[in-house]
Parts: sequence; C-alpha cells; structure tokens
Amino acid sequence: MSLEIKDLHAQIPGREILKGLNLTINPGEVHAIMGPNGSGKSTLSKVLCGHSDYEVTSGEVLLDGQNILDMAVDARSRAGLFLAFQYPHEIPGVSNANFLRASLKARLPKGEDIDAVKFYKQLYSRMDALEMDRSFTSRSVNEGFSGGEKKRNEILQLMMLEPKYAILDETDSGLDIDALKIVSRGVNAMRSENRGFLVITHYQRLLNYIQPDIVHVLKDGRIVKTGGKELSLELEEKGYDWVHEEPLAAAA
Amino acid sequence: MVTAPEPVENDISDIKVDNVGDFTFPERNKFDSGFGITSKTIDYISDVKGDPDWIREFRHKALKVFQDKPMPTHWATKDLENIKFDEFRYYLSDGQKPKRSWDDVPEDVKKTFDRLGIPEQERKFLAGVEAQYDSEAAYSNIKAAVAEQGVIFVNSSEGLKNHPEIFKKWFGKVIPTGDNKFSALNSAVFSGGSFIYVPPGVKVKHPLQAYFRINSEQFGQFERTLIIADEGAEVMYMEGCTAPKFETATLHSAVVELVALKGAKIQYVTVQNWSSNVFNLVTKRGIAHEDAVVKWIDCNIGSRLTMKYPGVIMKGKRARGEVISIALANSGQHQDTGAKMVHAADDTTSNVISKSISIGEGRATYRGLVHIPKHLKGCKNNTECDALLINTNSRTDTYPAISVRGNQHSTQHEASVSQVSADQIFYLMQRGLSEAEAMSLSVNGFINDLAKEFPMEYSVELKRLIDLEMEGSVG
Repeated sequence: MSLEIKDLHAQIPGREILKGLNLTINPGEVHAIMGPNGSGKSTLSKVLCGHSDYEVTSGEVLLDGQNILDMAVDARSRAGLFLAFQYPHEIPGVSNANFLRASLKARLPKGEDIDAVKFYKQLYSRMDALEMDRSFTSRSVNEGFSGGEKKRNEILQLMMLEPKYAILDETDSGLDIDALKIVSRGVNAMRSENRGFLVITHYQRLLNYIQPDIVHVLKDGRIVKTGGKELSLELEEKGYDWVHEEPLAAAA
Repeated sequence: MVTAPEPVENDISDIKVDNVGDFTFPERNKFDSGFGITSKTIDYISDVKGDPDWIREFRHKALKVFQDKPMPTHWATKDLENIKFDEFRYYLSDGQKPKRSWDDVPEDVKKTFDRLGIPEQERKFLAGVEAQYDSEAAYSNIKAAVAEQGVIFVNSSEGLKNHPEIFKKWFGKVIPTGDNKFSALNSAVFSGGSFIYVPPGVKVKHPLQAYFRINSEQFGQFERTLIIADEGAEVMYMEGCTAPKFETATLHSAVVELVALKGAKIQYVTVQNWSSNVFNLVTKRGIAHEDAVVKWIDCNIGSRLTMKYPGVIMKGKRARGEVISIALANSGQHQDTGAKMVHAADDTTSNVISKSISIGEGRATYRGLVHIPKHLKGCKNNTECDALLINTNSRTDTYPAISVRGNQHSTQHEASVSQVSADQIFYLMQRGLSEAEAMSLSVNGFINDLAKEFPMEYSVELKRLIDLEMEGSVG
C-alpha cells in the first residue's frame, strides 16, 4: 500500500517539465516537496490528478498497486486521491453543501444516496473545526470567498472526502498566520496511519505547523535531495541554489 | 358511426429511462383531417367539434390571414422555410370526450400519461389537470373544492360552448388573429388547450396543470389557452409538453392569452421538453390591468426550432409584467426566445431575466422588446440576459430592442456570456464527479437562481432534464 511514482516524465507541448521523478508515499507519512518557482511542483500535483494540459510520456503512478495514469480524473479521485488546489475554482450557483453531497454520492453505487442527517452532522463538526461559519454551506462554492476562506474550504472538502492520499498544493499561499494555524490544525486532524500526505510548498513556514516526516527538494523536474524535516530549515536558511552543490545521490 | 378499434397493447416498460418522452402508441384516430390545410379542413374540424357559427367564421377568416401572411424570414431564421404545411395533419382525435376519471381514459393514453407522471403529480400537488393527446383533451378534472369556489377549468371547446359570455369577451383580444402567421394558423385550426376563469377574490392555492402530448407523426398540435383572473384573483397554471422522436417534422403552434383584471395575479409556468424535430412556434401574451401581475416562467428544452416571446401589456397603472426564462439548445436545436414588455400606463414595472445554455452546436437567441411611450411616467424595466456556452462551437445571439421615450422612466439592461471552463470541470472531477455530472452541476448552478422560481416539483423535473441533456453532450 502506497502512492508510488516511478520515473515520471510529463510535458506540455514542446517542453518537458517532469524529468524522471521518483517518490513513494506510504500511508501514515507526510512528505513535503519544496522547490524554487518553475521546478515542477504544481505540475506534479496536476499530472497525478490527470489534468489534460499535461502529457505523461513515460513512467508509472501506482495507487496501492493500481496504475492510475490511464484512469480519468474522477476515477482517480474516487480511487482515493485528493488535491487541495492552489487556486480553487469558483462554481457559481452551486452551494457548498450540494457540491459535497454530489462528491460523496459519486462514491456510492448508482442509485444510492447519502444519509442527509449524518452528512450535515459531519459537515457541521468539520466546519466548526475549521472555524467556518454555517452560512458557508449555502454559499456558492468559493464564489466571493477570500483567499483564506477558499483554502479552508479545500481542507473542508479533504475532511469530508477522507481520501487515502492528499496533495496540498501551496495551501499556505495567501494565508495570514491565523488562517494558516486553522488550516494546519484541520490537516493535522486528518493525519492518520491510513493516509498519506504530499505537501507542496514554497516556504518553510507551513512546515512549522504541518510537520513533515520527509522533505524532498524538487528542481528542474526531478527530486534532487531528500531528508528529514531539518532539511526544510536548511533550505530556508541557505536557499535553493545550495542544493546544486549536493550530489544527486538522494534521488530514487 | 365507426367504432374505434381496440387499443393495442404496447409494452413500453423496456424504454430507456433517459428518454422518458420518446415512445409512441399506434394511432387509432376516428377523426383525421388529412394532410394539408384548406377551407375544407376548417369545415371538417368545425363539423367534428360542433363549433358554433361564430367560431367557424372566425376560423375561415383566420385561414385567409394565414395564407396571405408571408413567413417572417426577414428577421427570423430561414429554417422556417423548411416547414411544409402540406405535410401535416391538422386535426386528429379518437372522438372521445375528455374523461373525469383516469379509469375511463383509454388504456394507451392512460399509459402515456402514467409514464409521464401526470396522475401521480395530480394526486400530490395539483388543483386540476387537463391532459391533451394530439388534438383533444383525454382527461380533464378539477378538484371539487376548487370548482366549488367557482373556478372554471375546462378545455377550449367546452369553454366556448358552455361559457360563451366570458369566453367571447376575451378570446382573440389579447392576441389578434393577424398578430403573426402562426397565431393566424392557430386561430384557423385550434383545438384543445385550457379555458380558465377565476372569480373575483379567489386565490387558487394549488396549481392547475395541462399536459400536451403529441403521439402521431406528421401532425400539428394547435392548442388554444385563455385564462382570465377576475379582480383580485390569483392562479398559477403549469404546462408540460413532450412528443416522441419521429423521422419527420412535427409542428406545435399554440396561442395563449392571459387576462389579469384589476389586482389579479397570473403565473404561467412552462416546462417543455420537445423531441428534436418539433417546430415549436408559440404566441403567448398577457394583459395586466391596474395593480395586476402577469408572470411567465418559461423553460424551453428540446425542439428543432422554438420561437417564443411571452409578452405582457401593462394596461393599468402599477401593473407588473415578468418573464423568467431558461432555454437550453443542444446540437441541431435553435432556441429563439425572449420577451415583449409593452408599458401602456403610468408606474408600470417590467422585469425580464433570461438565461440560455448552448451545448455542442446548439444556438440560443434572445430577442427582447421593451416599449415605453413618451406620454407615460414612472415606468421601470429591468432586463438581464445571460448566456452560457458549453462547447467552442456553441452559439448565442442577443437582439434587445428597447424603445423608451420621455425622461421619467428607468430602464436597465445587462447581458453576459460565459463559458464552462476546462479548469472548472477539472476541479469538479477531481472531487469524484464524472464529466457529465460536472457539466450538469455547472449548468444547474448557472440557472439556479431562476430554477428557484419554479414550483419545487417542476424545478426537480428541470434538473432531471438538464442532467439528461448533459449526459449526451460529453465524452
């Protein structure tokens, strides 16, 4: 059981972005990926979820042994992969509650519906944990939300959908310190031995709140260094250029 | 007299659920006006229906107007030229009177309406139902409590025969025969449709509903509806329509006239789901007297071409006219819809909110007319039209005509065009929704504020219809 990325190559027309990326996330682990702008961090999250802008040219992604690269975006989600978006989309006219219900219902056999009472009970308790006002249930998904509210909403979805593997794409961007604490608390509450996390971030700050087990440095489409959480502190201090000087031994 | 053949059992249980309206029973028409339309056709219809002389005369005059009027292709789509008037039959019926109980309705007709859920809806939330099958009503019933209030709800033939004093006063007054080529056609061959009269001060609590079903091929359905709400009365009327998909074109051309007297309120709700070879050319207009409200809530799904611009003439002071419309055009379909708001008294208010969705090569057109003359004061109009394009080859056009004279009025017009983006669909799919579900959710979100205007049962139906349309549009 693991999310296993093997020698992954992906491109947009005319430019290769991921150049042989290897990474294995076991349930219970929190991995952080750090790296400079343009290193391929966000591309990695989108490729894993099957965004059609990217073409996978070689490699494998195994979710608990199943190759998901041939699966549609929604099938990957239902298989247990979740992405907390860096820029969550607005869905005008669709309430948060309806969206979540539809997402949960999509996981049930055709014709079955979720138990509404149980659903709202769960929804409210998780919103309370994220200090979200109840009015968010009836507001349109992300429409008119502040940056922080959108990120909280992503974590709310994570908490409701309970994926096996969650990718957090720059969840800290646009958050003030209070919101960062609340969001991190939500994520930490979801940490479990059955769930793996991939936390993509530009800054070390987030990792003070969501403590990773393993830190990777992504550069030019490959993981060039892997270490414990102390690596993130080192990066904060020395910057990404310093990684250049290291041999590429950490990959694989 | 020829006896009607025994109804043929036809198993419809294996029909795909995603095509609720697409089934047909064999024809067993006792009366068939034959193909084409001449004065003989008119006499045939009048004979079969036992029309009073003034109606026979009205029909003949209308036929002349219809024959003389050119097709409005100088502004409307050329597709109108593909209507072959000689290839339709203008009157078909089994010669039976509308039944008051579903048990008395012929088996095939009953099965049809069962399948469309009409008897069930009647039990649940309707004050009365009329179910029309081709040219005539097969079933017509009003709940006793509503009838006791003096409310009349019958088909147009019964209305003109049994209530001539009210019928004659308003019939053809809101929409004159010569209004357009298709109102003239309807005036010549009309059959079926509802006649409703609500006495002063009576507020009909539950909606009255009519359902129009086309069963026969190469046929034109021409129902005629007249609704009069007397002073201070209130009524909501809902109509649904379906037809099976035939190889050949089908014509549906209704005329609907509403009269809201002083302080009255009429809401007219349409959810139509025509198959994609129906020419749906309908004229709908209401007159709102002093302090009266006429509200059209209109949803157009399906058909090959729909041309429909519900209108309100605000004749009395402080009258209010509203059109809330949703149109969904899939490939091979053109929804040419809109609204006409004619202000004819001081302090009148009109509101038009139109949302259209174009899928695939579907085309949605909005045509609006707002008329406020110079001698009035204090008139207000608000017009919003929003278009949603699903695919890159989808099309939308907007033709607003706003004529406001004088400087004591306020008008507002907003229009927008938006698209469901690939990133929005990716976002929804990342949460586990299939592409079709993601599309449906986006489209339902787009019309959500308008869907709330529909009675709950109809907004559920609307959502289901949209889901079905979206299912076929992706993948």
